[in-house]
Amino acid sequence: MRKKYISDSAEWTFELIEKYDGKIGEVAEEFELDTYPNQIEIIRSEQMMDAYASVGMPLGYNHWSYGKHFLNVESSYKRGAMGLAYEIVINSNPCISYLMEENTMTMQALVIAHAAYGHNSFFKGNYLFKAWTDAGSIIDYLLFAKNYIAKCEERHSVEEVELILDSCHALMNYGVDRYRRPYPVSIEKERAAQLEREEFTQQQVNALWRTIPTSAEEENADQEENFPPDPQENILYFIEKNAPNLESWQREIVRIVRKIAQYFYPQRQTQVMNEGWATFWHYTLLNELYDRGLVTDGFMMEFLQSHTGVIYQPPFDSPHYSGINVYTLGFSLMQDIRRICENPTEEDRQWFPDFAGANWLETLHFAMKNFKDESFILQFLSPKVIRDLKLFDVLDDFNRDEVEISAIHNENGYRTIRELLAAQYNLSFKEPDIQVHKVNIKGDRSLLLRHQKRNGIPLMDSADEVLRHLHRLWHFDVHLESVEDGNLTDTIHCPPTEEKDGAKSEAPLFPGVF
Amino acid sequence: MHLVNYIVDRRLNSRNKSTVNRQRFLRRYKEQIKKAVDEAVTKRSITDLERGEQITIPSRDVSEPVFGHGRGGVRDAIHPGNREFIPGDTIKRPKSGGGGAGGGDASDSGEGMDDFVFQITQEEFLDFMFNDLELPNLVKKQLAGTDAFKFVRAGFTDVGIPAKLNIIRTMRAAHARRVALSGKSRRCLKQLECQYQEMLADPEQDAEEMDKILLEIEALTKKVRSVPFLDDFDLKFNLHVQEPLPSSKAVMFCVMDVSGSMDQATKEMAKRFFILLYLFLRRNYEKTELVFIRHHTSAKEVDEEEFFYSRETGGTIVSSALKLTKEIIDDRYPIADWNIYVAQASDGDNWNDDSPLCKQILVNQLLPLMSYFSYIEITPRSHQALWREYEKIVPLYPENFALRQIETVSDIYPVFRELFQRKEA
Repeated sequence: MRKKYISDSAEWTFELIEKYDGKIGEVAEEFELDTYPNQIEIIRSEQMMDAYASVGMPLGYNHWSYGKHFLNVESSYKRGAMGLAYEIVINSNPCISYLMEENTMTMQALVIAHAAYGHNSFFKGNYLFKAWTDAGSIIDYLLFAKNYIAKCEERHSVEEVELILDSCHALMNYGVDRYRRPYPVSIEKERAAQLEREEFTQQQVNALWRTIPTSAEEENADQEENFPPDPQENILYFIEKNAPNLESWQREIVRIVRKIAQYFYPQRQTQVMNEGWATFWHYTLLNELYDRGLVTDGFMMEFLQSHTGVIYQPPFDSPHYSGINVYTLGFSLMQDIRRICENPTEEDRQWFPDFAGANWLETLHFAMKNFKDESFILQFLSPKVIRDLKLFDVLDDFNRDEVEISAIHNENGYRTIRELLAAQYNLSFKEPDIQVHKVNIKGDRSLLLRHQKRNGIPLMDSADEVLRHLHRLWHFDVHLESVEDGNLTDTIHCPPTEEKDGAKSEAPLFPGVF
Repeated sequence: MHLVNYIVDRRLNSRNKSTVNRQRFLRRYKEQIKKAVDEAVTKRSITDLERGEQITIPSRDVSEPVFGHGRGGVRDAIHPGNREFIPGDTIKRPKSGGGGAGGGDASDSGEGMDDFVFQITQEEFLDFMFNDLELPNLVKKQLAGTDAFKFVRAGFTDVGIPAKLNIIRTMRAAHARRVALSGKSRRCLKQLECQYQEMLADPEQDAEEMDKILLEIEALTKKVRSVPFLDDFDLKFNLHVQEPLPSSKAVMFCVMDVSGSMDQATKEMAKRFFILLYLFLRRNYEKTELVFIRHHTSAKEVDEEEFFYSRETGGTIVSSALKLTKEIIDDRYPIADWNIYVAQASDGDNWNDDSPLCKQILVNQLLPLMSYFSYIEITPRSHQALWREYEKIVPLYPENFALRQIETVSDIYPVFRELFQRKEA
């Protein structure tokens, strides 16, 4: 067969990138990868550090924590402790991917396949992204946020704005709606809406906090009224709408932070799938190019070396071990789905009667579209992958001196491991379940949070610091109760109550708990 | 359908998007960084002040608190790479991060007490070091000669060299002149030409009238042509004038006693003081020169290497060095051009009869020329005659004379700061 390589040198040029992109795009289309248009940007390593430091936002507002992040990246990069991620991709329309100038042509092709077609199609296809993010408006929104915060800094001083942002960041993970769909809007609409909000929200808040006494019966009637009527999981949203003393610009900043948290929420829920999907496709697409004689052996050698590095999983006792590598797990799962479809074994037919032997491409697309990490693992983790990765479960009961191996990769362990691994990627297990429980509207306006404790796992020490941040936003007393099985186990107050108070009110009620 | 993809070259975009955030971080942890810098200044060897510094802040101080799971309770964690475990095995709990590595949770749980380490640049390092400091009596002097002036724009002029021709102004002047001198004639000319054309079209016009108009047209055309497109007095030139530059040169005299009583440790301390002063001057003046004068019983100007590292023995006569300083100033550093700083370091030993002489030279000859004279005495012992004589100078020149005592290396920086503490205006 006559070879017609796209290129055979390590150097990249813009024409070559275009050619590779064209070819990869063609093949991707044959595999039914549906993507947003791509915007591929070539940047230098310093710019990559910048991009890295702004946690993947192409334009972010200014905050010291991003500076900290930057210094961290910079110093570990300079120490050589870490290579730069050779790609960053942004869930936007057009989908922006960054290529680093220093990379070879092979690496550029790898990144194009991985980011511009892998991640891109995931962003466009996965149900969580569809429901929660709007790729078309995110850049506009970030721009709005950046400008708005810069304006606030001019008007109210950098320090003031920083205080609010610090507090919001502490609660960022509790600024997401898990069920309601936000509306995508353009920048102009956002700005107009913001002005409207400024007035309207303030009125709402005023109504809630009206201090002029109403008639006696009315007061008696709603004495027992619970506010909020149901527990609220989106703490930042609750603050934005109900905090009594926030100024409107402060409310808007709370809103900006929670909007951005919401935008990243799907990514946090689909790390394994997203990386697995992108890795699977760079592997599949580039192999396809090789099979068609478009790339050289040298290209493949370099690509495979890099690919192998990406999906390397150090064992638990290795000094390099830092948890399960999401690339490895995701890639293994995706490859395994293809294997189960193409060459099912008896075991596969037993475990996956639905799709063993089915069309692999359809099955993969179905999986990509309709799952998140937790459900994906629960649905598709096969005994083979458990065996390949030699997964095992460690049961850690803090009351005992030793930890126990409760399941390994054997017949009895598969299901346990699958369930536990899935739970490990369930954000609602990963993060403590804390919700706004009650506000003392008529009394001291204190805010009560309730932490549903699970398996006796307490909150991290930094919880009281977070509470101080919440107190800054709420302005009145904030309490946090940890409850397990209906029993109150711990409370934290901000400002901290006197020692004797705590002893009086709680200790007698729940002796022996502390 | 294949989508339209864009490939954009962003390499020329600004690379310092993070600068603002970085500065905000540095500002927020100013206190910690300052402390780290202070320690570094004391610990570093002298040749070492030319680079940035690694700053270490406890992670706890820079952590951003979040709600998270703490240690305790019952939990499961899945790990890869099992080799010999079977269900029911028990192992001792690993020390770090409850339950193995806790599925990666331990690293971001904030319980790992690793330090936050980062690098600041030399520029930032010195900034922190010199924070709040200002050289006393920073005298800006005017300097004679061409170097001391710079050219600034000062409008336009009618005379000048071709290189400074201002084309826009020139053309504008020419245009105005042409309008003024030929505007009316042009208008008439246009009118007559119209009239003539009409007459040509009309066969009944008499020829005499037409001839007359033709003549008039000719005369006007000549008149218009005689106005030149560009005339000498149209020319406008950019005007530049010389403005005197404030003096930006400083010379620093390092005067050190190298007699037998000064051991290497004492010299090291003096050296630090000199280096600090030098760095500080270099940052404040465009040009800073150094003169090293060492002395025992006689003074000698030497190069830096010899100044710091060679040893002499013998007695001490401080005035010899002061005399030499005066000579060198007279010889090479006219006070009109130079800001003169002297830093003298000694262990306080001096030949007793010499001390009053030192005072005399300083008061009468040196201090009037000087921006600043600082004397540090590096000794744990009590003061001797030299110190007591110098003390008498302080009330005479409170603004530009200072003396301090240093006992250990860690005293240097605070003393330096004290010496050059920003003076309230």
